[in-house]
Amino acid sequence: MHLETFNLYKHFTTRQGQLLVLKDINLHVETGQFVCAVGASGSGKTTLLRLIAGLEMPTSGKIMVDGKPVLGPGAERGMVFQSYTLYPWMSVAKNVGFGLKLQGVAKSLRSQRVAEYLDVVGLSQFANAYPRELSGGMKQRVAIARALASQPKILLMDEPFGALDVQTKATMQEFLLDLWRRTGTSILMITHDVEEAVFLSQRIYVLTARPGSIQQEVQLNLPPERTYTTRRQPNFQHYQDEIMDLLRTKPSPDIA
Amino acid sequence: MAPQHPQAPTSLKTRGRSRGIMPTVFWRIAEDIPPHLKWFLVALSILLPIGLWWFLAFQGAKFIPFPGEVWQALVTLQKQGVLQKDTLASCFRVGCGFLLAALLSAPIGIAMGTFASIRALCEPIIGIVRYMPSPAFIPLLILYFDIGELTKIILIFIGTVFFNVLMIMDAVKFVPKELIEATYTLGGLRHQVLFQVITPHVIPNILDAFRVNMAASWNLVVVAELVNANEGLGKRIELAQRTLSTDKIFGYLIVLGLLGLAIDLFFQLLLRLFCRWAVD
Ligand SMILES: Nc1ncnc2c1ncn2[C@@H]1O[C@H](COP(=O)(O)OP(=O)(O)OP(=O)(O)O)[C@@H](O)[C@H]1O
Ligand SMILES: [Mg+2]
Repeated sequence: MHLETFNLYKHFTTRQGQLLVLKDINLHVETGQFVCAVGASGSGKTTLLRLIAGLEMPTSGKIMVDGKPVLGPGAERGMVFQSYTLYPWMSVAKNVGFGLKLQGVAKSLRSQRVAEYLDVVGLSQFANAYPRELSGGMKQRVAIARALASQPKILLMDEPFGALDVQTKATMQEFLLDLWRRTGTSILMITHDVEEAVFLSQRIYVLTARPGSIQQEVQLNLPPERTYTTRRQPNFQHYQDEIMDLLRTKPSPDIA
Repeated sequence: MAPQHPQAPTSLKTRGRSRGIMPTVFWRIAEDIPPHLKWFLVALSILLPIGLWWFLAFQGAKFIPFPGEVWQALVTLQKQGVLQKDTLASCFRVGCGFLLAALLSAPIGIAMGTFASIRALCEPIIGIVRYMPSPAFIPLLILYFDIGELTKIILIFIGTVFFNVLMIMDAVKFVPKELIEATYTLGGLRHQVLFQVITPHVIPNILDAFRVNMAASWNLVVVAELVNANEGLGKRIELAQRTLSTDKIFGYLIVLGLLGLAIDLFFQLLLRLFCRWAVD
């Protein structure tokens, strides 16, 4: 898998006129990589992910996945939204299997795959529960399982743990890392939580505030096996400080 | 010596606000009341009007029959088979007109809610026609379809279909956009979004719209029967008026109310059976 964006620009036409949200975004994700993009609120992170998902079209520039341009949404780019978007009338198992159903996968194979991914996210006992009976963290795990069940080439995640409390968030981060190691899926995750980005990813894109552009790409040299002790490493703190400083610097005043 | 527990400034304690919200049972907002209170109030809601009615009759108020007389009138009509025939005739008309409206309004409403193009195509005309009172169509309907069952069915259809369509269309607007987008990112196609996401999401709202608009159908069947009919609940009321048989009128009004209530409960049952996810 190879995802790359070329000189992405995105304008929105608002009542106040043209709003430049993303400016000259060039990024790439390779097979099996875990990449994060961090930026302040309103820096266009969600917009960037929506462009890559194909839910929105860039004003200019292009996005290529394995040499093919992205022209619309597709199952090879799975998405996990910030708000838990589960189908309220479907059980947990049906939610997880829905992508496969849409793609016409036979029922027997489908239920096998659903059982597999429910196990992966540790929700096997809740197969027949309805979304409203789940906690926030559980809902997000279902959403992740649903995205993974379609076996996407890359998983796009928009602040998936933003609404969770600190403990649940930490659990979910470790869970996601474990999942990533076992499935080998490429992940591009958006967050405004610098600590989360440093803990999870191998590479971080730091975005400027509006208009969002890539201020710096940070390669993290942390041990591949991340545990809670990783956070105590001296260079963990160093990376965090570095990125924090980058986020604090004002963008160059050439805003159109 | 300084006071150990300084008093809050009195200005903050004015108008009894200092005690916070007083505990209450009756006036709880968005919370259940104890079952015994609930059943007491439910019983009161039925028994109080009946009591008042009986009292008025007892006072010798003009044209107010005793509840017992109304019951007798109904029993007599039932023994003659008139009540059954009337009920059946009215139910048939409402059934046909409403079913027709339901079958048409669900797909049109969903299509209008889903596609801005269909909405632009249909909304203006529906917006106008729905403000034309359907009883005003009666003269035309009689000219076009003659005085028969068809005219009554079409009248009920006209009076129901547009409201159904607009209510269903509005329900589609409340389908979260992210749910639709999530479906696309799972590989869903447009028709799959329409039939497997939007449609199941609005089914509870469709049932609700049907439930609400059923009341309009019952109103119209009586109007239609007043114009011309051989039997029907509305027709019988008109006939009873000629003989000043207020006992029959009271009886039929109660029958109309109970039938409506039964249909309402039936829709609620459907909702509970098939849309468990949408009801608590
Ligand atoms: N459809 C739209 N129309 C107009 N403006 C939009 C639209 N979507 C986003 N914007 C604007 O683009 C900017 C970036 O929005 P975006 O949601 O991408 O930010 P974000 O980085 O995800 O913020 P947050 O961290 O708060 O989620 C905002 O100023 C927003 O008002
Ligand atoms: Mg966002």
